[in-house]
Amino acid sequence: MISADYIITAAEGMHARPATALVRLVKNFKSTVSLKKGDKVVKLNSLLNILSLMIKGGDTISIIVEGDDEADAAAAIDLFFNEQLKGL
Amino acid sequence: MKGIGVSPGIAIGKAFVLQRQEALMTGVLLSNETEILQEVERFDLAVNRAVHDIETLTSDRNHTLQDDELAVLETHIELLTDPQIRADIVEKIETEKKNANDALIEVIDNFVLIFESMDDEYMRGRSIDIKDISRRILGRLKGQRETAAPAFGPDTIIIAEDISPSDTITMDIKHVVGFATQAGSKTSHTAIIARSKGIPAVAGCGEALGGITTGDLIILDGSNGLVYVNPDQEIMDAYLIKRTAFRQQRAQLLALKDTQAITTDGEKITLSANISGADDMAEVFDKGGEGVGLFRTELLFMGRDSFPSEDEQFEFYKNAALQAKGKPVVVRTLDIGGDKHLPYFNLPAELNPFLGYRAIRICLDRKDLFMSQLKAILRASVFGDLKIMFPMISGLQELRQAKNILGEAKSELLRDAVAFNAGIKVGVMIEIPSAAITADILAKEADFFSIGTNDLCQYTLAVDRMNEKIAHLYDPFNPGVLRLIKNVIEQGCQNNIHVGMCGEMSSDPLATLLLLGMGLKDFSMSAAAIPAIKNIIINNSMAKAKEIQHKVMAMDSSEKIMAYLKEATQ
Repeated sequence: MISADYIITAAEGMHARPATALVRLVKNFKSTVSLKKGDKVVKLNSLLNILSLMIKGGDTISIIVEGDDEADAAAAIDLFFNEQLKGL
Repeated sequence: MKGIGVSPGIAIGKAFVLQRQEALMTGVLLSNETEILQEVERFDLAVNRAVHDIETLTSDRNHTLQDDELAVLETHIELLTDPQIRADIVEKIETEKKNANDALIEVIDNFVLIFESMDDEYMRGRSIDIKDISRRILGRLKGQRETAAPAFGPDTIIIAEDISPSDTITMDIKHVVGFATQAGSKTSHTAIIARSKGIPAVAGCGEALGGITTGDLIILDGSNGLVYVNPDQEIMDAYLIKRTAFRQQRAQLLALKDTQAITTDGEKITLSANISGADDMAEVFDKGGEGVGLFRTELLFMGRDSFPSEDEQFEFYKNAALQAKGKPVVVRTLDIGGDKHLPYFNLPAELNPFLGYRAIRICLDRKDLFMSQLKAILRASVFGDLKIMFPMISGLQELRQAKNILGEAKSELLRDAVAFNAGIKVGVMIEIPSAAITADILAKEADFFSIGTNDLCQYTLAVDRMNEKIAHLYDPFNPGVLRLIKNVIEQGCQNNIHVGMCGEMSSDPLATLLLLGMGLKDFSMSAAAIPAIKNIIINNSMAKAKEIQHKVMAMDSSEKIMAYLKEATQ
């Protein structure tokens, strides 16, 4: 299991567009990926569940990756939050 | 009829009322396991077909989609195949024996309810996407194909309860000149699409909109949120004129928005905006602003009954930093006193409040207040390019004191391992004559200057700008004021520090060339004033500005100066 914390650097937070990109990214991996904000945890395969967390710019969230390809998945997610999210 | 203007402009045209089929429950209950299995299959098939419908739409070469429209459709595919929605629906089919139609309606209604009750306007607006994909699946469950979008005549104004992304994407939008909806707000889909296409729109008109029938003559005023149905000739005539004026103004604005403010001989000038909160940023970028030269922090302190906590302030500054999207934001520390009072902070009555206990003087005296503001700004500085500016500095001693307290704030954050931008730039607002005169001394210890012409003018001329009897003596073109301004700009340049101006003078078209000639490179003003000032800059040269400056500085009265500038600016 790999877990990491991220600060959301996109001003609008996790709006539909970045959330769609994230769900699609996670689909490329076999690992189960969860997102935690405060005490709520959702699986990262449901766009609806991500949106319902109302993640805003500046919020801190945790990502938990578990499975055979967890190292690759975690690296891709890392790139998403640290680099790609700003451009979405 | 009154609604919310969500996309500015005037539209005059014929109404087209968009009818929507109501989703109806069937009440059918499934009787055995086979039917249940079939129903789940039927649901999955309907979803697959709905996804296919969207994919056909995105690959249709006759129908070019904008980037944001494509993004919406991608999101809809994700929602159509959302495992949470499917799990909820399958559970309803299996345990409550409902058919796919009824299970879908109930599950979607539930999600719509959740989203509509969120305390975030954007998320409330997403309920329309959920309803949209639900309609797609329902249509496919009934075996309907995608219905062809109706054809519109020229100058059509769409009247609807709400307009979904699918509507606007499939709609033949080239004849649509306006939208009016019963529901919605500034962040609803209708509003976003209308603004991106420059089509006037009014949302939130309520039930009254139901009285309109297809073919009615409509005037829609998207700037003021008004809708007129079959108006009389007088209103029509007035709006025909308004529409022409708006179109001309918009064309000018658009032409200027993405143009850089560069003089004809190649000098790049920065035009930034004065703001009071993160919400102002949209307009700043809309008008072509390149950052924030003055972020007034007083708004957060007013209209409440106690000082905002450090955390509240942090949120306020952080939002502004985020909304500025990496562009510089000059945060002015608290500027109360003078004519600005806080109900929960008792300032004793003074004979001369403008010469009294105000701004940095209060902050240096009430270190607790100052510390919490500085720490909040520092914490927010990791979210963007924030700079700190101290108001009402009269000399070097005050600047040093303020910087010392900033140093203490940094040490406390370091001790607590809180992230901040250690290299944050610190500047002085030049608005007291002694500071303007000693600009050479201040420049050695400040990272930048910003000239506050309103107070500088009133202090230099000893004119209370609130006193109507002597208002005519308040005169930024007074040779004494101009000499002070020139000194600040020159000293800043000689000491290689950045000099900006954030007072009203920077938005006065009469002053633009003169200030350019003095060497000012950064003008900050209300966002609305930016296009006019930019227009002057791109049509003139530095050579001309310098010549104007030479002539003006040799004149002996503001009457002569203003008359000359009027002529030279033409």
